[in-house]
Amino acid sequence: MAATLDQIFILLRNWLTGFLPGALRPVANVLLSVVAIVCVFPGLFALTTVFERKGLARIQNRLGPNRVGPFGFFQPIADGIKSLTKEDIVPSSANAAVHFLAPLVLVVTVFMGFAVLPMGRNMALVDMDAGLLFFFAMGASTELSVFMAGWSSRNKYSLMGAMRAVAQMISYEVVLLLSSVAVVMISGSLSLEKIVDAQSHFSGIFPNWYIFTPWGFAGFVMFAIAATAETNRSPFDLPEGESELVAGYHTEYSGFKFALFFLGEYLAMFSISGLGTTLFLGGWSAPFSFLTWVPSWIWFFGKVMTSIFVFIWMRGTLPRLRQDQLMNFAWKFVLPFTLLDLMDTALWRFMGEGWQRWVLCSAILAGAFAMMGRLGMRKKHFGPRSYRYAE
Amino acid sequence: MSVAFYLIAALTLAGGLAAVLLKNTVHCALALTVAFAGLALLFLQLDAQFAGFAQILVYIGAVAILVVFAILLTRGSDTPKDGVFSQSWLVGLVIAAGVFAVLGWAVIESVRVLPQETATPAVTVHDIGNALVGRYVLPLEIVALLLTAATIGAVIVAMHEKERSR
Amino acid sequence: MTNLGSPLAAYLLVAALLFAIGLAGALTRRNAILVLIGIELMLNAANLNFIAFWRYGPRPEALTGMMFAIFSIAVAAAEAAVGLGLVISIHRHTQTTDLDQINRMKG
Repeated sequence: MAATLDQIFILLRNWLTGFLPGALRPVANVLLSVVAIVCVFPGLFALTTVFERKGLARIQNRLGPNRVGPFGFFQPIADGIKSLTKEDIVPSSANAAVHFLAPLVLVVTVFMGFAVLPMGRNMALVDMDAGLLFFFAMGASTELSVFMAGWSSRNKYSLMGAMRAVAQMISYEVVLLLSSVAVVMISGSLSLEKIVDAQSHFSGIFPNWYIFTPWGFAGFVMFAIAATAETNRSPFDLPEGESELVAGYHTEYSGFKFALFFLGEYLAMFSISGLGTTLFLGGWSAPFSFLTWVPSWIWFFGKVMTSIFVFIWMRGTLPRLRQDQLMNFAWKFVLPFTLLDLMDTALWRFMGEGWQRWVLCSAILAGAFAMMGRLGMRKKHFGPRSYRYAE
Repeated sequence: MSVAFYLIAALTLAGGLAAVLLKNTVHCALALTVAFAGLALLFLQLDAQFAGFAQILVYIGAVAILVVFAILLTRGSDTPKDGVFSQSWLVGLVIAAGVFAVLGWAVIESVRVLPQETATPAVTVHDIGNALVGRYVLPLEIVALLLTAATIGAVIVAMHEKERSR
Repeated sequence: MTNLGSPLAAYLLVAALLFAIGLAGALTRRNAILVLIGIELMLNAANLNFIAFWRYGPRPEALTGMMFAIFSIAVAAAEAAVGLGLVISIHRHTQTTDLDQINRMKG
């Protein structure tokens, strides 16, 4: 019974394509899976928009949307109707072709990233040998659409927002890649299915997830920081900060194109949370060995939605970082720490089982973290607060 | 040759042509990105998945953005008053046509000794990894050194010079 | 297009054409950055040649062609970075990127 529920989507798909002749079955299989992804994730996006607005509102001690539907949960329908029927304004001096293509490129490359995520047992759309590399290639292509949007709008603020966003995304891309390399080193494969398989065993009742190791914990924290920066979420949302740059690189977009940018940003959040779940949190495997009867896709989506909740929480709590602060942070703190994490992972791998490797690896990482924090704060002198008034 | 090959080859060549012919420099850079994407698809057709994804990641994700930033920093969007082609454009075109004539003649003449359809090579990322730290470890280390030198060099070349008189 | 008799020939012709296009671009455009774009196209055409010969060659499991292409991608990225840094530096000095005007060695 538990196994059937676990594989229910696969069984449903095979039953539906069983009606077709044998030659068409592989194509129909892939088409049905693609349709499922294209329906499920934008549906989750709609749910997330209302969760975010209500979550942020509660953190800021107000109510959030509560008029449309019970507790405001039909708000995405109202938002969808609004953005579909709004007039599509294109500035007259804008580059029409590039202006039109930018949101398309974003949405296409973000959807491609979902193809390699294993959303349940046997439920990855494509099991590529170099799946992780494919995912990062698609992530790198999203930066181009950000630049296209900013440049084609012929607007100083859009261009500045686009350049800031691209500089930030490139810096944190390196951090993202290096923190994933640690996982690849231990699991021995770039294929996401194999990485999840390596984490799906249990030692006692505890899972073998990589986050429960010293290098995995540090790697996950750095991956989370880089993921927040890659998707331009607070506290790294200077490129689209409302008080700074109007709306950054999507200032001159209205109606459906703006909705596409919004969709692209949230889908990028889902996709990178999915990757973080796969690499560090064990993908679709259960947290305790007595919970394996719960279907695997429930665990995957539960973990992804928890990550989204943490993203919303960070947005409501932390103040925005300035551009030079976040670039300094990336290149001078997180990147050296990532390299140290790689060496720590290698040490873990070659030391063999036992309590010694736990102590040594944790000590190295904790000591380096404390020392680098102290080193970075040497030149900062915090005196009493002083005020300067305009003359 | 399959229809997919012809379409992707046409896309790549169109992107390359647009990259050298268009007036607006940023349009040229975006056409170059299309050419890179077409080449990545050609690599995937040739069963070189690692090279194809590395091409997307490095060229589209880094080199294209670098070119675009350089165009923005040097005000390349303003079209120059004398046109976009240099005074000696005919010589350049003749040389390029000559090179293509020689290469094309070499390929067509040697068709009878070129191999026919061969089996798909079964190459995994594991083999590439083993080769990189096994047989090709010296080039790997030299490339690492080269990239470090290039990074430091690019930063020094493009840095603002400190004013001498303060 | 008639059958050339070998799939390798088609890839080699595409690579040759792309190389010629890149060469034409590098030799005829005024802007220094477009010369670099032409050079990148030429490097990519050579990579396509390598991968095509690797795929249809005698021993693809030796991985020579693919290794060459991967190292070429890395080196081309480094060269683009340094080249563009030079172009930016020249622009800062002479306020132009027009190659027909940067024809004197005197600073």
